Amino acid sequence: MTTTADDHARLPARPRPEPDALSAPYWDGLRAHKLMLQRCHACGRVRHYPRPLCDHCYAFEHDWVEARGEGRVHSWTVCHHAFHPAFKQALPYALVTVDLAEGVRLQAPLRGSDPARLRVELPVVVDFEDIDDTLTLPCVRVRA
Amino acid sequence: MAAAGLKDRAAVTGVGETAYTRDTDRSQLELTLAASLAAIADAGLEPKDIDGVIPYGAGGVVAEDFITNFGLPDLRYSALTPMGGASPVAALQSAAMAVATGVANHVLIALGRGSIAGGRITSRLAAMPQMRLVGEFEMVQGCNAPAQFYAPMARRHMALYGTTVDQFAEVAMTCRRHAERNERAMMRKPMTREDHHASRMIAEPFRLFDCSLESAGAAAVIVSAAERAPDLRQRPVYIGGVAEGHPDSPSAITQRPDMTRFGLARAAPIAFRMAGVDHGDIDVAQIYDCFTWVVICQLEDLGFCAKGEGGAFVEGGRIGLAGELPVNTHGGLLSEAHIAGMNHIVELVRQLRGECGERQVADAEVGLVTGFGDLGDGAVAIMHR
Ligand SMILES: [Zn+2]
Repeated sequence: MTTTADDHARLPARPRPEPDALSAPYWDGLRAHKLMLQRCHACGRVRHYPRPLCDHCYAFEHDWVEARGEGRVHSWTVCHHAFHPAFKQALPYALVTVDLAEGVRLQAPLRGSDPARLRVELPVVVDFEDIDDTLTLPCVRVRA
Repeated sequence: MAAAGLKDRAAVTGVGETAYTRDTDRSQLELTLAASLAAIADAGLEPKDIDGVIPYGAGGVVAEDFITNFGLPDLRYSALTPMGGASPVAALQSAAMAVATGVANHVLIALGRGSIAGGRITSRLAAMPQMRLVGEFEMVQGCNAPAQFYAPMARRHMALYGTTVDQFAEVAMTCRRHAERNERAMMRKPMTREDHHASRMIAEPFRLFDCSLESAGAAAVIVSAAERAPDLRQRPVYIGGVAEGHPDSPSAITQRPDMTRFGLARAAPIAFRMAGVDHGDIDVAQIYDCFTWVVICQLEDLGFCAKGEGGAFVEGGRIGLAGELPVNTHGGLLSEAHIAGMNHIVELVRQLRGECGERQVADAEVGLVTGFGDLGDGAVAIMHR
C-alpha cells in the first residue's frame, strides 16, 4: 500500500521529540542510522536516557559511543488501543524493552516478526526507520 | 531510630466527596471546593479553621483558590506532593509533619477531576514535567498512556513469576463485588471471570477490565493535630505510620533495574515500623488499583507476601470482604471511581469509623492505604481508630 501526500495531510500529527543540547547527539545519530549512547568521560559508564550528571562519579563531562545494536528482550507489550490518534493505523504493534549489550535499555517497536515470538531473553538486533526527512526512530528485529 | 517520629501525631478528622460520574459540567475547582466543604463539615469545622492546604499537584487548583473561595484568614502552610496517584497518601505524610510540628492545626487535602473536555489521560500526561523523558523517548513511538507504560512491568512479572491473567481477573472481580455494595460506585454490574477475559485487549497483558475508570468528581480529607482531634465531631482516625518511597530510575520504567518493584517497597518497612504493627494486624487495606496487576505487585512490596507470590495471594477469596485481608472495600479505581486514590483514604477512614454498612469489615481497627503513581512512586499510611 502506498501512502500519498493527501493521506499524510489527513493523518493526525505524531508526537515528535523536542531534542535539547543534551539529547541532540542521540537524535542526530539515529538520522545517520547509528544508535548513540551517552558515556561518562570520567569513569566510562554508559547511561541512557541522556542526563547532565553521572550518578556514579558526579562528573558532568561526557562523550558519545555507538552501540553495537545487539540486545535481549527484557519485556514487551502489544498495543491494541491507540491512546494517540497518530498510532491508530499501526495497531496492533509491539513495543519491546531491550537490554542492550552496553548495559542500558532501549524501547522500540518490533518489526518483521509475529509478537507471539517474544520471550524474555530473546536475542534482538536494532534497526532504523526513517519516519520522514527529519525524524528516524529505532526498531528491533528478532536476531536471525 | 527516627522512624517513630510521626506515630499518632495526626489524625484524619473529616472526609467528604462529591458524586462520582463519567463526566460533569462542573469545573475541577468547583468539584474540589464542594468535596472540601463536605470534609470540613464532617469534621465539625468551619472553612476559616483550615490553616493548611495540599491541593493535587496535577491540575489547575492551587492553595490560593482556597483562600479566595473560603476567605481563609490565615493560611500558614501549603505544599504540593506531585506524585500522580501517590500524591494523596504522600500528602498525608506532609500534612502529618505540618500538624505534628505546630506549623498548622487543620490541613485540607483535596483532589478533583473535572470534565472530560478538560483533558483526557494522554493530554494531561504530556503536560507533566516529570513525564519529560517518557515524552521525548517513548511517546514518540506510540507509548502514550499508563496502560502502555505499565504493561511491560506486568508482562515481566508474569514471565519471571508465573503470574496469570486469572489472577488479574481475581482483583477486578473482587473490586466489582465490593462496588455492588457501594451506592457511590460507578460500576456495579456483576463481573465474571469470563466477562474479564472477554473484555477487549488494550495493551497486553492488560484488558479493558484490568484498567481503572475515567471519572469526574472530587474527594477531600482533613488532617488535624492529634491533640485537637478529640474535640471534633467524628471519632478520630489516627495516622500510626506513613511514608513515601521512590523507585530507581523514577522517570523511566524502561531504564529501571528491577521494573517489578515499586517505590512502595522502600516506604512500607518505614510505615510499619513507625506504626508498630505487623502485617497480621491489618484488618482492611485500600490498595491503589490503576491496573489489576498493580495491586498484586504492591501486596508484595508491602510485605504481605514475597516478591512473585502476589498472584497466588489474591486467589481463593483472600482479598474479599470475608477474607484474610479485605482489599478495596469501596470497589477501588477499578469499580468505584478514579479519584486518584483520594477515595481510598476516604474509604479507609469510613471503615475504621464503622460507617460502611453492608460492606463494613467487622471490627476493623487497623487499616492501610497506598498510593501509586508517576511511573512507580509509592506512599503508604497505616491508620487506626
Ligand atoms: Zn562517571
